[in-house]
This record gives sequence, C-alpha cells and structure tokens, in this order.
Amino acid sequence: MKISGARIVVETLIEQGVDTVFGYPGGQVIDLFDELYKSRERIDHVLTAHEQGAAHAADGYARAAGKTGVVIATSGPGATNLVTGIATAFLDSVPMVAITGNVATSLIGRDSFQEVDIVGITMPVTKHNFIVKDVRELADTLRTAFKIAKSGRPGPVLVDIPKDVQTAVCDFEPKPDPVRPYPLTFASEMKLRKAAEMINRAERPYIYFGGGIILGKASRELLSLSEKIDCPMGCSLMGLSAVPADNPHFLGMQGMHGHFAASAAEDEADLVITLGARFSDRATGNKSRFAEHFSIIHIDTDCSELDKNIPADLAIQGDIKDAIFRLLPMVEEKKHPEWFARIEELREEEKRRTEEALVSAERRCREKYGTDRPPVLAPYTIIDTISRYAGDGDCIVTDVGQHQMWTAQRYPLKKPRTFITSGGLGTMGFGLGAAVGAGIASGQRAILFTGDGSFGMNLNELATTISEGRNIVIVVMNNGVLGMVRQWQTLFFERRYSGTTLKRSTDFVKVAEAFGAHGVHVTNAEELEKAAERAFSGSGVFLIDCAVDCDEYVLPMLPPDGSIDNIITDIKE
Amino acid sequence: MDNNSEHTYNNKYIIGVIVSNVSGVLSRVSGMFTRRGFNIDSLTVGETESAGFSRITVAFHGDEDIRDRILRQLEKLHDVREVEVLDQSETVVRELLLLKVRNSSATRQDIMAAVEIFRSKIIDYSATALVCELTGETSKIDAFIELMKSYGILEMCRTGIVAIERGENCLKTR
Repeated sequence: MKISGARIVVETLIEQGVDTVFGYPGGQVIDLFDELYKSRERIDHVLTAHEQGAAHAADGYARAAGKTGVVIATSGPGATNLVTGIATAFLDSVPMVAITGNVATSLIGRDSFQEVDIVGITMPVTKHNFIVKDVRELADTLRTAFKIAKSGRPGPVLVDIPKDVQTAVCDFEPKPDPVRPYPLTFASEMKLRKAAEMINRAERPYIYFGGGIILGKASRELLSLSEKIDCPMGCSLMGLSAVPADNPHFLGMQGMHGHFAASAAEDEADLVITLGARFSDRATGNKSRFAEHFSIIHIDTDCSELDKNIPADLAIQGDIKDAIFRLLPMVEEKKHPEWFARIEELREEEKRRTEEALVSAERRCREKYGTDRPPVLAPYTIIDTISRYAGDGDCIVTDVGQHQMWTAQRYPLKKPRTFITSGGLGTMGFGLGAAVGAGIASGQRAILFTGDGSFGMNLNELATTISEGRNIVIVVMNNGVLGMVRQWQTLFFERRYSGTTLKRSTDFVKVAEAFGAHGVHVTNAEELEKAAERAFSGSGVFLIDCAVDCDEYVLPMLPPDGSIDNIITDIKE
Repeated sequence: MDNNSEHTYNNKYIIGVIVSNVSGVLSRVSGMFTRRGFNIDSLTVGETESAGFSRITVAFHGDEDIRDRILRQLEKLHDVREVEVLDQSETVVRELLLLKVRNSSATRQDIMAAVEIFRSKIIDYSATALVCELTGETSKIDAFIELMKSYGILEMCRTGIVAIERGENCLKTR
C-alpha cells in the first residue's frame, strides 16, 4: 500500500507501541499533524505550551513508564527549543525519540525560513541522529531510532524529516512487533568470580549504585546482594527510588548534598561496589582524594563509563541485572557486625548533626523575624507533610535547586520510577513538563516540588496541566531568591548576592488561578496541613505556595572538589 | 587533553576506524574528540574497498588511559563499525606533503639535491617557485620541511597520516 511519509511516521510510531506523543505543530510538520489528527483514535497527541515543555514531558513520560518517550516539533525554533530537553534526557540516559520537521530537501542549506541544522546542533547531545532524505528509508530509520534509544544504556535519538519527505509517497508494510533492543552484553564469568573474591575478602564493603539499577530493572537483585553480603548502600541522585528509603541497609543519597552517613561510610569502606553509576563529580567530590583507602569494583552496561572518571580495580562491562544475578551465588553469606556497629554510629552522628542544623536554622529564623512563630516553613516540614498525604505510587517530580536536594534527601521514596528529577544536566524548568508526562504515563497523581526560580522558568506549562486534565500537586518552596546559588555566594563569595535576589512580586496562586488551577499561600504548619488536605482530597491541579526563608541551607554540603573531611553540616550565623 | 593541557605525552597512538559511509559521519567522529577534550595530531578519512564503509585514521599523543577512553567512546558511536589501535611495529604509516618553495638560481641546486635525497618529486616548476611532493612517515616529512625552511617555504599542505597493518592482518568489519 502506498502512503505518504507523514502517514508512515504515524503508522511506524503505532507499530512501535507508541500511544502518546508530545509536541507542538508548525509549518514543516503540518502534514504529520494532519496524519496525527486522522489517527487520533489510535494515538494521543499532547499539546504543550512550548516545545521545551513537550521534550520534558516526553522525558517524564519515559522515566515514569520505562518506555521510549516521543516528542514532535517543527523546524527551526521548534527544533532548537527541544535541545535543552534532549540534552536533559541524554545526561540522565532517558530513552526518547525526537522527531523534527525540516524545510524541503531542495531548500536545505539556503538559510530558508525556519531552517536550522538540527542534526548538527544535537549531535553531541543524542545517542545518534538522522536526517531522512528519501521517503523509502523513513520507516526503517524510525525503527532504528527506537532500537538505538532503548538499547544498552538508553538515550535520546533525533530524526529530522524534511517536508517533501513527509509528502512523498511510498510502499509501507507494518511490522508485527516493535523493534527489539540490540542484544545485551553479559559480564565475563572470570571477572565476576574475581569480584566475588574481592567481596568475600572485604570487611567493610559499601555499595554505591546509580540510575543504572532502575534502567536495568535490577532493584530486586541489588537488595538480595546487600542482604546476602550484609552491605550498606548509598546512591547517586539518579539511583533514588531504586530501593525503598526505609531499607535497613540503605543510607540514602551520597555526595555533595548526600546523607552524612552514606558519604562517611563510603570513605571508611575497604571495598566500594559500584553498580550502574558513573562517579559523577557531584557523587564523589575530590577525584584524587576519592578512593585513597578502598578498592573499587565497577559494573556498568556502558563500557565507556568504566575508568572514565575514577579508575576501578576491577571494571566489568555487562547488563547490570544479569551481572548481579550471577554474582549472587558466588558471594558468601556474611555478617559484618563490627562494620554495622560503625554504620550505626555514623547514623547517630548524622541524626545529631541534622538535628543541630535544624535547630540552628530555626533559631536563625526566630531571630530574623523577631518572633517565636516566624512566617516561614522549614523545608523538611513541607516534604514530611506532603509525603503523609501522597500515595506510594504517586510520582515525585522536582525542578532543580535547593528544593530538589531537600526532596532527594528527605522524601521517603518507595518504588522505582517514582522519583523524576534532572540529575546530570540540572535543568531548571524541567519539573512541570516532566510532571505532565509522568502523570500521563503512570495514570497517578504527580507531585511537583519546585522553587520560585525553577517554576518561573516554564510555568507556561500550567496551561498543559489544565488542558490535559492532570492531577498534579505543585509545591513551590518560595524564598524569593535563587537559593542554591545564593548558598554558594554565602559560603564562598562573602555574601555578594549577585543576580540571585528575585525582587519579584509574582503571586503564584493568582498565576495558577489565571491558568484555571487552584492554589493557596501557606506560611506555617497548620496552613500547610489544611492546604495539603485540600490538594489531595480533590483532583485537578492544586498549587501550594510555601513561604521559605531565603537563608535556609542545603546541608550537609561537601564543598566542590572537597571530601568528607571538609563536610559542612551546620551553619551557625 | 582535559585538565592536562600543559602535560605532554610521549606515547603516540594510531587508531584505525571503519565507519559507515553516510553523511555526517566525519562530524560525529571529530565532534566526539572535541566534546570529550581529546587532542588529536591528525585525522584522515577516505574510501575503502567496500562502498558502504569509510576508513578514518586518527593519530594522537596520550597515555593508555586516554587511549582506552578514546576507544570506548568511538565504539559507542552508532556509525562506527570497527576500531583498533594499530601496533606501530606491525604497521606501515604514510603521509603526503605538497610543499611550494621559492625557486631562485642561488638555491635551486640545493633544493634539487634535497629532493633527490628525500626521494621527493618536483611536480610543478616555474621560474619563481617549485612544488615538491613527498610521501613518507611523519618524521621524514618533518625533516624535509625543516630543511626547506631556509629556502623560503611559500605554502604547504599535508594530508595527515594513513596507516595499514603489515601482512595479512586486516581491519575488517565483523
């Protein structure tokens, strides 16, 4: 059967199991949108307010569902608006297929209206990308795009389709099944045996895991391993939600703003077993100081991560789930009572230091506002309150900044894929679009923790939350400043608050109402409780604008390039 | 190299890469080097015996760690089919130089003698300039250029190296 290129795109998407695409129309995808309209019973199109929001929504959808997210934009500005979203997905290994229209092949290279070289622009932030110049190659190129996006370590793939390729016709034969990923690579038996030997010899082992556990669906294997070898574990930001927060072996996120006990335990370990993590500078601190006293086993599906940031004593490439599964029978069942006594001490120490920091923060607020009941909320109070109302399956989404770190430290995450955050790229403005996509994927409520800085970047997507009839609770930690940068300025730049004081008078509740949502301002725990009750009792979009003091700090903090010896856990003045 | 820009490395490596012969592949490969902060001495690309593939030869200075990181990043690119570090004792390496030097009665004899000794060829002759062609290993090309400097080099271009293994060993796509 001969059909148009635009129709081939839609048919191939459906063949690949896609039921939802995110996007924004324009001149060079008008044919594609026409076909989406004709096939609207078979595939949903979610119209966002901005292409960046569409890219983040496709990303949030992919992270929550574990499927490949699809985003469509027109040529030129439509395509360039996707770039931040594509880069965000690339840094966090999110499977995504981005489809862009382009000017007709005869017009390419002539600086035609709305023409950009989006393939050139996105080359360093995609796993691979294509421009399709012949309609006969269109279907197979799209299939390959899906294959690459979901194989091995996932990532975004862009397919650029000139207008004349969308209008040209050719034969199309649908395939019965979606493409399968490239075959997995499996860890070498010999290396796994060596790993088991190292683990069996270790007296103070520590597991450092990352997002690879979630991507590789290896949570159960990881839990069995930590249980069998009686091993504490900590994770990178991307690893959060892979294991339940209350697991007795789990110490929480490690690194720059991680839990004291996790970072300290890693530092005191004699063996660090790194699983599906990449030793980001945010997770390790000073590279040369890191790993002075311990050996490292590093297992990752992506060979290029091995020995990239930190050289490992034993580097193993292979599918993470398979590797841990095969490692399990090779390791001896162990108990490490001494090591766990020390871990308990570290936990106590962490508790004490956290308590001290909270007391200092409270005291600072009382003095600053000259009252015992300052009109601001402690960040942890906000997170604790919201978490009591939220369901276990609700997706916790964040933007980027202080609120993100507080949520990462504090929120009691229970299930994989319920924590959606921009880790690698740290994209402010990621949250609202991602919350729309995550909610659509999970069919559950999404809870967005954001700050007034991040929220201000892409709050136009409130329009999408309404048009899509989403269930979203938006918690704005509003402190009137760009808190994370301000914190650095406080600590390292003698309080010269350059460019971080917002001096705005945006009323986010009115903004929410203007878009058709509801909201309320809260300044104390009672008001917050009432607001949460309201937010979670109904459906729709509800915004809670929480007043937070501008001098709350994210603690602990390992200064950039620092180590556990330089950790800051309290700021007195 | 990233964080090591002042550092000089003594080890020289040559990597042979077979890539799909598709548009943009050279940008993809060279872009990877830029993005990852790997400095390269030379990068050449050309057709191979099969129409579907091109061959890229990359030469760089570095240590084993950098070499391995480059290999792993190259292997990850979708269009890259085969990557191999060429063992230099088992590899023939060549580079082509075209060099235009001032022609004057005072220097002509010396230039001709050098051309003879280096087994170079004069491929263009005019009253005021000579164009020499020279193939050889990088060190030989460097030595020839050094010698010609005193006669007044007008312009020059060199291809960067190509390399192929001795004997039956081949860099083939699997």
